[in-house]
Amino acid sequence: MKDLVMETRVDVQTVKIEARKAQVFYGTNHAIKDVDVDILDKTVTAFIGPSGCGKSTFLRCLNRMNDTIASCRVEGKITLEGEDIYDPRVDPVQLRAKIGMVFQKPNPFPKSIYDNVAYGPKIHGLTRNKAELDQVVESCLRKAALWNEVKDRLHAPGTGLSGGQQQRLCIARAIATSPEVLLMDEPCSALDPIATAQVEELIDELRSQFSVVIVTHSMQQAARVSQKTAFFHLGNLVEFGETSQIFTNPRDPRTESYITGRIG
Amino acid sequence: MSGSLLTQDPRTKARNAAERRFRGYGLTAIVVALLALVWLLISIFSAGLPAFRQTFLTFPVTLDEKVLDKSGTRDIAVMSKVTTVAFAKLLSQSIEAEITARGIDLGGASAKDVTKLVSEESAATLRRMVLADPALVGTTIEFTALATGRIDGYYKGRVTMESAALDKNTSPEQLVLADKLKEAGILGTRLNSGFLTMPDASDKRPEAAGLGIAVVGSFLMMVVVLVLSLPIGVAASVYLEEFAPKNWLTDLIEVNIANLAAVPSIVYGILGLAIFINFAGLPQSAPIVGGLVLTLMTLPRIIIPTRAALKAVPPSIRDAALGVGASKLQTVLHHVLPLAMPGILTGMIIGLAQALGETAPLLLIGMVAFVRDFPGGLFDPAAALPVQVYNWTQRGDPGFVERASGAIIVLLLFLIVMNTVAIILRRKFERRW
Repeated sequence: MKDLVMETRVDVQTVKIEARKAQVFYGTNHAIKDVDVDILDKTVTAFIGPSGCGKSTFLRCLNRMNDTIASCRVEGKITLEGEDIYDPRVDPVQLRAKIGMVFQKPNPFPKSIYDNVAYGPKIHGLTRNKAELDQVVESCLRKAALWNEVKDRLHAPGTGLSGGQQQRLCIARAIATSPEVLLMDEPCSALDPIATAQVEELIDELRSQFSVVIVTHSMQQAARVSQKTAFFHLGNLVEFGETSQIFTNPRDPRTESYITGRIG
Repeated sequence: MSGSLLTQDPRTKARNAAERRFRGYGLTAIVVALLALVWLLISIFSAGLPAFRQTFLTFPVTLDEKVLDKSGTRDIAVMSKVTTVAFAKLLSQSIEAEITARGIDLGGASAKDVTKLVSEESAATLRRMVLADPALVGTTIEFTALATGRIDGYYKGRVTMESAALDKNTSPEQLVLADKLKEAGILGTRLNSGFLTMPDASDKRPEAAGLGIAVVGSFLMMVVVLVLSLPIGVAASVYLEEFAPKNWLTDLIEVNIANLAAVPSIVYGILGLAIFINFAGLPQSAPIVGGLVLTLMTLPRIIIPTRAALKAVPPSIRDAALGVGASKLQTVLHHVLPLAMPGILTGMIIGLAQALGETAPLLLIGMVAFVRDFPGGLFDPAAALPVQVYNWTQRGDPGFVERASGAIIVLLLFLIVMNTVAIILRRKFERRW
């Protein structure tokens, strides 16, 4: 494992998302406490931790998906390229076009494969004509490593694909709005090992263009795909650092307990 | 657990017996329900189908100029001074002349018996015919007249020789004469389209009563209900389900909608009488008022299934749309509403079907009135199908029993058509996700 993570180490890069003293409350329940994280550009950052530790909650703060939960309240400062995303002037719709998201369960729209990918560019007016839209759809499906499998049936329903293909379709849909950051909430938890391997390979390729944040339950996955790892426990960010360092030489005893399987 | 698998222990036996009993209860319930339905349908159809057939008399009528247009000018204003009484006399003279000409033996039937073969309604029909086409005066036409209710009833088995002997409206001799006329081809029973197109008729003329105005009135009301309750119901549901904050006020609204759906419909009638007629001054018996009242009644019954349909759309679809940066409205319009459409349409049509069959509120706003003229619009007096059924069951003449049952058949057909449309739309719009 050590060799693998050493290979994928990257140099210091520009910070995309910066969280400082981020707090999340569900009603009176304090779900996230004082989280400080820097998400770097062109880097895969993995959030790991036991169930209910708040890693998905924190991920959903980054593109304000938590806004849809009435009782949810976010405090502290989260910035995207220096701009506070919780500033009252920020329209979450614009923010979500810049920060794409892939969900745990593949959730393609019950529309055609083409329409699934074309939906984002259409509502944001990113293309001027049909030819340009066709091009965007093709390039996104290529980036998502799905083009060869679906190019002959672009107008077949997206829900008719296999689970792994559906998840790659969702990734194509998410990158079609040319986001700067891609959030992935356990994208492989509903997939078999082969589809998982395909998606992981894809994540590694996407790193060249996007900043990727991935929540995962699988520590092997975190080690395989990420350069930075954040370990959450009971709403606290316990440790954040280079993936190689987290997995080989954790500083906090709780991190060590978790990665060696003693808590979780 | 010890013991052989090949023999059942007492506990298993008891459990199996309980299961058999339970299945037996369920099956019994289904059989009872089906028998009740079959019995209902048989009784309605056997009583109602004769309403779609009617006995007619066809004979030549000479439209005498001396009687119908003394001035000889064919001026409508002058001609309309001739009343139906003169036309009735003309008809009875014509039928008598025809009987004599064919050499049919009266067999003891009185002159009154002969006159009363023809419905009183036919004189009015002939008068309308002549006034619409004055050129007919002076010519001889083949006229098809309705037979009276008793003669019609004789051919539908409602009137017998025994009952005719006790009835002052008919006599056994008249029935014998009718049989002879039937042999001669003057009298016959055939399909009666008038039942669906003619207006209602007075108590003594069941043979002339039709559903025309009731069908038009019900149709107009359904248009009002559809046009008002579809947009209001869907907009209210979408707002409550997708946009409204969850607080005590929306909770209160939710509880009230559920309660309103259970409010007896006659209460809506009183409400409609107070608001639309007494306060707003809209005309009585008008389809617009009926439609408004039925809209009020239908709205909660549409909002509840619509909200259920919206709720049934998986949240992952909403997440997906929001995740690519769709606004709340785009999420609802592009994804949630299309997926909820089959459920919404089904709820809508079932709501409309309930409104179509509703009687009580319409009684209170005057839809029970006797209306002879077809409504020209939403503000003219009209009748409604279920109220027409209620109305006819109140009448004394036994001829109205078959009319009421016939109207129920028409109402049932409308309901079956609407429910079929609901099923077809559901199938068409249903998508899997």
